[in-house]
Amino acid sequence: MKFSGFRVFAEALKGHTGWRPLWRNPDPKPSYDYLIVGGGGHGLATAYYLAKTFGRSRIAVLEKGWLGSGNVGRNTTIIRSNYLLAGNEPFYEFSMKLWEGLEQELNFNAMVSQRGIINLFHTDAQRDAFRRRGNAMMLAGAGARLLGREELRAMVPFLNYDNARFPIKGGLMQARAGTARHDGVAWGYARGGDSHGVDLIQNCEVTGFRLDRGKVRGVETSRGYIAADKVGVAVAGSSSRVMAMAGMRLPIESHVLQAFVTEGLKPTIPGVITFGAGHFYISQSDKGGLVFGGDIDGYNSYAQRGNLPVVEDVAEGGMALMPMIGRARLLRMWGGVVDMSMDGSPIIDRTHIDGLYLNGGWCYGGFKATPASGYAFAHLLATGAPHETARAYRIDRFARGHVVDERGAGAQPNLH
Amino acid sequence: MTRLSGGLIDRSQTLNFSFDGKRYQGNPGDTLASALLANGVRLMGRSFKYHRPRGLLSVGSEEPNALVELRSGARREPNTRATTVELFDGLEARSQNRWPSLGFDALAVNDLLSPFFTAGFYYKTFMWPKAFWEKLYEPAIRRAAGLGRLSMQADPDVYDKGFLHCDLLVIGGGVAGLAAALTAARSGARVILADEDFRLGGRLLSETRTLDGAQASDWISALEAEFESLPNIRVMRRTTVFGVYDHGIYGAVEGVSDHLPEANGRVRQTLWRITAKRAVLAAGATERPIAFADNDRPGIMLAGAMRAYANRWAACPSETIAVFTNNDDGHRTARDLAAKDVKIAAVIDVRPDAKARGDYRLITGGMVAGSRGRLGLKSIEVQANGRSEWIECGALGVSGGWNPNVHLFSHHRGRPVWNEPLQAFLPGENGPLGLIPAGAAAGHFSTGDALRSGARAAQRAMGELGIAASLPDLPRAEEADYTVAPVFHVPGKKRAWVDFQNDVTVKDIKLAHAENMRPVEHLKRYTTLGMATDQGKTSNVTGLAVMAELTGRSIPETGTTIFRPPYTPVTLSVLGGGDTGRHFRPRRLTPTHHWAEAQGAVFVEVGQWMRAQYFPRAGETHWRQSVDREARAVRGAVGLCDVTTLGKIDVQGADAGEFLNRLYCNMMATLKVGRVRYGLMLREDGFAYDDGTCARLAEDHCVVTTTTANAGLVYRNMEFARQCLWPELDVQLISTTNAWAQIAVAGPKSRALLARIVDGFDLSNEAFPFMACAELTVCDGLRARLFRISFSGELAYEIAVPARYGHALIERLMELGADLGATPYGTEALGVLRIEKGHAAGPELNGQATALMVGLGSMVSQKKDSVGAVMSRREGLAGDRRRLVGLRPVDPAGKVVSGSHLFAEGAPWKFDTDQGWITSACYSPHVGSMIGLGFLENGDERLGEVIVAANPLEGESARLRVVPAHFVDPEGARLRE
Amino acid sequence: MLIPHPLLGLRDAQEFTYLGDARLIDRPDPSAPDAEAAFCDYVFLRDNPAGVHREFWFHEQGDRSWLVVTRDTVTHEVLGAELARDAALSRTRCSK
Repeated sequence: MKFSGFRVFAEALKGHTGWRPLWRNPDPKPSYDYLIVGGGGHGLATAYYLAKTFGRSRIAVLEKGWLGSGNVGRNTTIIRSNYLLAGNEPFYEFSMKLWEGLEQELNFNAMVSQRGIINLFHTDAQRDAFRRRGNAMMLAGAGARLLGREELRAMVPFLNYDNARFPIKGGLMQARAGTARHDGVAWGYARGGDSHGVDLIQNCEVTGFRLDRGKVRGVETSRGYIAADKVGVAVAGSSSRVMAMAGMRLPIESHVLQAFVTEGLKPTIPGVITFGAGHFYISQSDKGGLVFGGDIDGYNSYAQRGNLPVVEDVAEGGMALMPMIGRARLLRMWGGVVDMSMDGSPIIDRTHIDGLYLNGGWCYGGFKATPASGYAFAHLLATGAPHETARAYRIDRFARGHVVDERGAGAQPNLH
Repeated sequence: MTRLSGGLIDRSQTLNFSFDGKRYQGNPGDTLASALLANGVRLMGRSFKYHRPRGLLSVGSEEPNALVELRSGARREPNTRATTVELFDGLEARSQNRWPSLGFDALAVNDLLSPFFTAGFYYKTFMWPKAFWEKLYEPAIRRAAGLGRLSMQADPDVYDKGFLHCDLLVIGGGVAGLAAALTAARSGARVILADEDFRLGGRLLSETRTLDGAQASDWISALEAEFESLPNIRVMRRTTVFGVYDHGIYGAVEGVSDHLPEANGRVRQTLWRITAKRAVLAAGATERPIAFADNDRPGIMLAGAMRAYANRWAACPSETIAVFTNNDDGHRTARDLAAKDVKIAAVIDVRPDAKARGDYRLITGGMVAGSRGRLGLKSIEVQANGRSEWIECGALGVSGGWNPNVHLFSHHRGRPVWNEPLQAFLPGENGPLGLIPAGAAAGHFSTGDALRSGARAAQRAMGELGIAASLPDLPRAEEADYTVAPVFHVPGKKRAWVDFQNDVTVKDIKLAHAENMRPVEHLKRYTTLGMATDQGKTSNVTGLAVMAELTGRSIPETGTTIFRPPYTPVTLSVLGGGDTGRHFRPRRLTPTHHWAEAQGAVFVEVGQWMRAQYFPRAGETHWRQSVDREARAVRGAVGLCDVTTLGKIDVQGADAGEFLNRLYCNMMATLKVGRVRYGLMLREDGFAYDDGTCARLAEDHCVVTTTTANAGLVYRNMEFARQCLWPELDVQLISTTNAWAQIAVAGPKSRALLARIVDGFDLSNEAFPFMACAELTVCDGLRARLFRISFSGELAYEIAVPARYGHALIERLMELGADLGATPYGTEALGVLRIEKGHAAGPELNGQATALMVGLGSMVSQKKDSVGAVMSRREGLAGDRRRLVGLRPVDPAGKVVSGSHLFAEGAPWKFDTDQGWITSACYSPHVGSMIGLGFLENGDERLGEVIVAANPLEGESARLRVVPAHFVDPEGARLRE
Repeated sequence: MLIPHPLLGLRDAQEFTYLGDARLIDRPDPSAPDAEAAFCDYVFLRDNPAGVHREFWFHEQGDRSWLVVTRDTVTHEVLGAELARDAALSRTRCSK
């Protein structure tokens, strides 16, 4: 069923009796060519591109809970391609290009909204670092602007320019960055995958891998054994848990990242603003809520909830940056469990087990990568070779010394 | 409508207030909601999507409809629930999300278009043409969406934070909470009783029930008096416990002066972090409506709310009311309002066997199937026994049963369990440790049950803490059974609202079902059910029940609803308003800060420190003039710079040398007493992360320095090595960064200057050569440490004195060095000098560089192990061919810009041709042009080559010549003079 | 969160800095023939359990003790804490 304004109009006239399920609820088949473990954004995107772009069939996505129940449904919806390193920037720019055509690709309005992102700087040293990054963005064709204080003030006059602990000197802007409706992204890929024959199987938890002489044969699940030629795991937040069932230890720790939304307000903040010195970033959803966040809580956690000190810290950052939000009220706070990797960058790679592939380690930035991650993982599963923009995301980069460490923080996940 | 009789309002005083500019009067004890109701105002807001006219649904913090902008100017507070605002004199409120007026709202056209605006319609359209989304559709949606408006001004009020500790925290001051607090308080335990209301009593305040045959208020007053007399209980009214965190920590907000016209210097709200050994959740229950066609008109409200307005506030929305109920509670409303001479048009009970509790018309087995009245209810359509009739009434009380307030119990992701007789979710077994539910929150709905369960919960908590607590004598109370019929909505073709604020109707849930958005989270996210400012307090269970009906499964099979913090929305200011503006983070000041300030220095942040950036002199109009002058003074005479901010760590013990040998990649054990050595530290992953000096003052005593930025990190890592890796070594550490003021004295005349302050100490090159160190006295007996080290490449020293003498020392040096040209210099000149000398600093040692890259590869000793040594040999690090080089513009007037990327001449500007970047750049007065340092692919083999520095970000590029990374005295003769 | 410091009693977790997996106490032998592989494992790989986890906390705003805290990563319940120095010394004794 094709979605369009006309279709909505026609259905309205006949009482909305013609709408059909966005996807089927199939029972799992005994075997598939491709099994994607994890029905989050990355898993659903992977299945979609495998079927649609790479023309593969006999594909299933196994989801422990409901589709989109992972971090795709609990993030702050930011999309951007403002990275520094050669291992990252082309990948995220590829993702941005996919975002830009996503609605038409999926025939589903995921509300990709390129309202821009501004990363603020406060010292000459930070400006120099942003200049290096902005130039890297220019090399990748991502576009960037270095804004001076007065240009910034004209754009976002409500920041605290005059009485700040960290006086704002300017910002690095990417106009093409913005937000997308996170659930809509998951649903769009799910519907797209389903329409290309992908079986989306909910309430199906993987409980083990069946391995045979170094090759994966299938997975044990809460709904029985399912055989497969290739198994791709995309369960960021739980990567260590799932891969441990295949006997693997990963360069990953699980941490909790909190996010926050206020009550709905009339338009206040145009794009995304990032205040690194205060560990705070913010945007405003189309519905009107201010959506914001800060640092991870900092300790290993699988709890999907955080603690009060970070709540206070994030709110302080917000108040320091834009004191006019003070009388808005925090409506909801939640936590997501994220795969914090040892260099702050993800892994999209085959494993030492034949037929078993891993997509994980997305830290707090997996959402923006959803399209490219799915595309690159599908590319790897379908062709056996890494996608050209994802070549740096090999798992052996740690042993070989080719880390992709944007922050230069080293092998301590809670510093990335 | 005038006031009814009775009520807990003070009729002796009148409070003036305004709503949408119209003036009204109320009394102390009123809320904004009750006062508006008493003034005959039913229309208070508009819904989010369809802009439907709305009035009060509820009486408390669950209110979805009556949201207003409270106060004005910078104190404007959007989305404020009229039900929770305590009335004060001069209160100003405005309706919101309507234009031009509440009575006539242009966007009510959305209601006519509602056939198109179904759940999730926006996912299916607005995709063509592509460019229209950002330009047309989305801006229109954003303008229409949102509720109230921020003032866009800084919040002028003051906020506070505090910490409290107790044995028992009682959350909720209703029947159960009071009984719990009484039980625990009498046992001598430290108790905190918190309630969001401004009066204790909870639901008792809204009921006519008696305790021991007397008015409930008598019992409450007696308890309040007893609490007042006990030193071990703190009663916190107007305090909402909003979240449960780990290990018994609860977040709470106290409204300190929200109920006053002006804060008058007092804080507005206080954030409390309460650490409680145990807690009782006595948060009561929230009534839910029954959905039926057009059930959202002003005047249609929860039956319990209608009763509360009448009993507590002597207010009623109409002279004639009706009640629609599926349980006994609705009958209480009819009985209580009849007792206040309100006309009861009918009570419609879905239960065929329902019995009347008073003298009113009862329609059993009936349903309300529709309503009329554009801006306020006029009549309802009742269907019963196959007949339909319209009954005139100005208000309808609806009761669909009560949902225990399990919110806090599910904050740790524990799922509540469905209770079939109560038709509600109750706290399960997996709530937060130490949190015990009681009273209505635990499903004990009768007053007697609630009293006993509160007392027992407290007794259990005390028992777990080893405190003997006996159950108090509890008053005799109502013991009625609660029965409820499982009716959640009235079937029909028209829209029946489930989530009032977000305009989610039964039809929307049906659509979600048809489109297979059936898991409860899909239902919520697709329809926005429960996502409004009330977070589904009155709608979640109903929505779930409708979905259960559609899928043919039971409610618990369909899903559960759990809640995230906060229980009710929390002002951002109180969470983060304490430390903002200039106080957002602490500032550290150097010992010479005030001196530098007096010299007119401009400061810059380095870490948390404020450091002098440069010292402008009269006549200097550009910072470059000051910096050039300061740098020249160091190269030509003598300069003084406060370097206290560099981390200083004292390392003592017999194994001090061995310990440092394992931390620095270069050899340190062989360092002789009285000597200093430059040292480089690697992370265990092999990358360079900090550099500094190590001075050996004695065999068993070294002082090491770190960079300013990494002082804390290096100390932490050293303690890790000492305590966790090599506990067998005899070594002790302490950070002395703050204990010693350290001043760099640099330049060819530095020796002459220092000679004027040392007490008989031989500073000659022979006695105190380059990289020497000593403990000595200066200025007639002041203890000091002297290091002959140089960051600038000149003859230079760093002298340390106890921090409190730093200010005096720099004054003395300036005074004694006047004839030598002694000049203070700041971090800018420091940077110029170190770039000229080619010293790596923060921009080079950025955590991504190896020792090889910064030209210190030979420092990594192959003769011994040290942190990071093994991993520095990995192929990726050892094979990285980028090297630190110097860069000079081919055109002497050309620019060198940090952050530019480096390319071979003629190469395209792409990632795969990118050969490095400029890390640091400055104007060098010594060289007479700009210079820079940068990492360049094979840089050490490309000296003399001309490359391109590209800065497409700012539309610039420059041709630069690759030179050695030493622009001054490459042989290092000067610093050894 | 609260951390039961073995010397100082219950302390707010905000006084501490978190490092992670307490296996970092077992630094490999740098002279072993497979030292590079052993260090890669040591530096980068983690069990990352959902459940009981032994982990390092540094009392940075306090007495500067490194602690080994045993904590459940699912419930956040703290099951115990000891001085890392004691843990390191007992390990040294055990291996000898």
